[in-house]
Amino acid sequence: MGQIEWAMWANEQALASGLILITGGIVATAGRFTQWYFGTYSIAAGVFICLLEYPRGKRKKGSTMERCGQKYMTSVVKLFGPLTRNYYVRAVLHLLLSVPAGFLLATILGTACLAIASTIYLLAAIRGEQWIPIEPKPKERPQVGGTIKQPPTNPPPRPPAEVRKKPSVEEEGAGGPQVNPIPVTDEVV
Amino acid sequence: MGNWLVDHWLSVLILVAWLGLNIFLFVYAFLIYEKADKYFYTREILGTALAFARASALCLNCNSMLILIPVCRNLLSFLRGTCSFCNHTLRKPLDHNLTFHKLVAYMICVFTAIHIIAHLFNFEHYSRSQQAMDGSLASVLSSLSRHEKESNSWLNPIQSPNMTVIYATFTSIAGLTGVILTIALILMVTSAVEFIRRNYFELFWYTHHLFIIYIICLALHGMGGIVRAQTEDSMGESHPYNCSKSFHEWDKYVSSCRRPHFEGHPPESWKWILAPIALYIFERILRFYRSQQRVVITKVVMHPSNVLELQMRKRGFSMEVGQYIFVNCPSVSLLEWHPFTLTSAPEEDFFSIHIRSAGDWTENLIRAFEHQHSPMPRIQVDGPFGTVSEDVFQFEVAVLVGAGIGVTPFASILKSIWYKFQRADHKLKTQKIYFYWICRETGAFAWFNNLLSSLEQEMEELGKIGFLNYRLFLTGWDSNIAGHAALNFDKATDILTGLKQKTSFGRPMWDNEFSTIATAYPKSVVGVFLCGPQTLAKSLSKCCHRYSSLDPRKVQFYFNKEIF
Repeated sequence: MGQIEWAMWANEQALASGLILITGGIVATAGRFTQWYFGTYSIAAGVFICLLEYPRGKRKKGSTMERCGQKYMTSVVKLFGPLTRNYYVRAVLHLLLSVPAGFLLATILGTACLAIASTIYLLAAIRGEQWIPIEPKPKERPQVGGTIKQPPTNPPPRPPAEVRKKPSVEEEGAGGPQVNPIPVTDEVV
Repeated sequence: MGNWLVDHWLSVLILVAWLGLNIFLFVYAFLIYEKADKYFYTREILGTALAFARASALCLNCNSMLILIPVCRNLLSFLRGTCSFCNHTLRKPLDHNLTFHKLVAYMICVFTAIHIIAHLFNFEHYSRSQQAMDGSLASVLSSLSRHEKESNSWLNPIQSPNMTVIYATFTSIAGLTGVILTIALILMVTSAVEFIRRNYFELFWYTHHLFIIYIICLALHGMGGIVRAQTEDSMGESHPYNCSKSFHEWDKYVSSCRRPHFEGHPPESWKWILAPIALYIFERILRFYRSQQRVVITKVVMHPSNVLELQMRKRGFSMEVGQYIFVNCPSVSLLEWHPFTLTSAPEEDFFSIHIRSAGDWTENLIRAFEHQHSPMPRIQVDGPFGTVSEDVFQFEVAVLVGAGIGVTPFASILKSIWYKFQRADHKLKTQKIYFYWICRETGAFAWFNNLLSSLEQEMEELGKIGFLNYRLFLTGWDSNIAGHAALNFDKATDILTGLKQKTSFGRPMWDNEFSTIATAYPKSVVGVFLCGPQTLAKSLSKCCHRYSSLDPRKVQFYFNKEIF
């Protein structure tokens, strides 16, 4: 278990919690449940959490599968520097965000899930993990015209002449040169 | 499309049947709760949300029953074995057991969402009607209390206007177990996403055991009898059609209507899940029993690039080609079981696996075996379990494609061919094998090279060079390697592998390969076996469909992918 990056799981859990908060919030607001304004808060918190957690961090070892279209959010999340890089901050943030949603039954599931995500982030932070953005690889476009200055002056290297002739020697078979029944002319100009 | 259907008709049938079952159960329960008379008064308070909640509950019961079955791999192996006389199309669905497990899991998530949302509305309606002072039927029904002498007359679980829905939820068995099992479900799902499963398998493995909590809470969920229907006696005495309008007069002697009496349902989830639980417990006991039998390690070989080969024996162990086993090493980790394909042939008197260093557990295992002075670690083995490679010899022509580490099941197959040749086994249906090995670099597979070179020799001696046609493709080449290869163009053996067959660079052009095979064997059934990445599976699968003719007498390509 030593190589597990807990932050990766915390990220999935937090994303799921965000979606659950949004759903519960919509149900409470649309149904005008008692204290439905907590539901509205829950929708806003859920959207914020989904946006924050959507860009996946880079794994320490190996390649990381990006989420579809995450590069736009990566650039925004990167701007906050240590606030988003540090997982202690995220753990505390998620814990605080989860509390108001706990007053409403429709969103209490979101609270529980977000609190769990916060705990996993705390574990990740204690183990020294950090959120590293996935940078797009700089596209190395070979300069097509850059190195061609002049046409080559020497012919391309070929294996020596004997090697090139070998297949035709083998085709003639062991009995010596082939005797053609009909005269054949070489038509190469 | 036509070819795909011919290959997969049984899987499609099972899928359609499963969807149909879900739709049927949902509609059936929905109509009962929406139309039946005994729920008339319940519906008065709750509305249609009652029907949605109960219909999704029935589907959840059914799917929770189905989800345990595809993971009983010993049972599936047994089915595979008993059906060996069936043609391979009938056994194909057994290979897709994990896909089915995931589909059922998604369905459980969908119905859980519907169920929870419906019950949120239900609790809200109960709460409102308890607080309502307008003397409506709903509020009268809610005032029927459970503390009076006719203790059966309550309908609304929220008995006082001060009780919040949160309090009601967490003090009822249904509410508490519901919250716990939903949290367990969410944790299982988030740790089972492909990204986590592929990269941090142990996390997935341990977290997935939360299903035990899910099952226990599901069994207890219905015990409170919180869904109430009017009793038969009460309906006979005061039917809702006659009495619902006159609810002001229920208490008075003169009216013919009495207060309705209600009863809760007995829990029914346990009836659905009892059989699969028993099956699964039996499966785990079987796995434990098989693993307790002694495994003797006969030989340990350290190959280059940190690959460990273990040759072992176990009493009563018998395998087929391409099967896999689960291995546990208590000194490395007490609880973890990791799958490995068997690389030995059934004809050998030992079974072997090749372990490559790919994570925590494998690294620690290799290190444990490297210490020559400490005693050999004990190994436990469960299996073997079957995969499609068993079918290789049923095809006249077999196309085997192994990418990288995926070459391991084919080690077993090729070795088995070697032995069958030596014994001149005439039961071998296969007449020709095309083997494609694609990897970035051959360093980690030097052990496989040795196997191929001995096969080359063997075939030359028997004069059967045409039987096995294999090509190696190196995808991780650079101009250095290519230059080197060009210079050594003439040498009889390949400079990289030492084999007579020259290494090709880049990836195979499948269209060319398939059309060559189709022209060479126009009337045969060709089995295509892949152990490798999904992208390769897609292109091979497409080629299979493209080059199979619709006429079942002409060339047919059947595609099989090994899933781990």
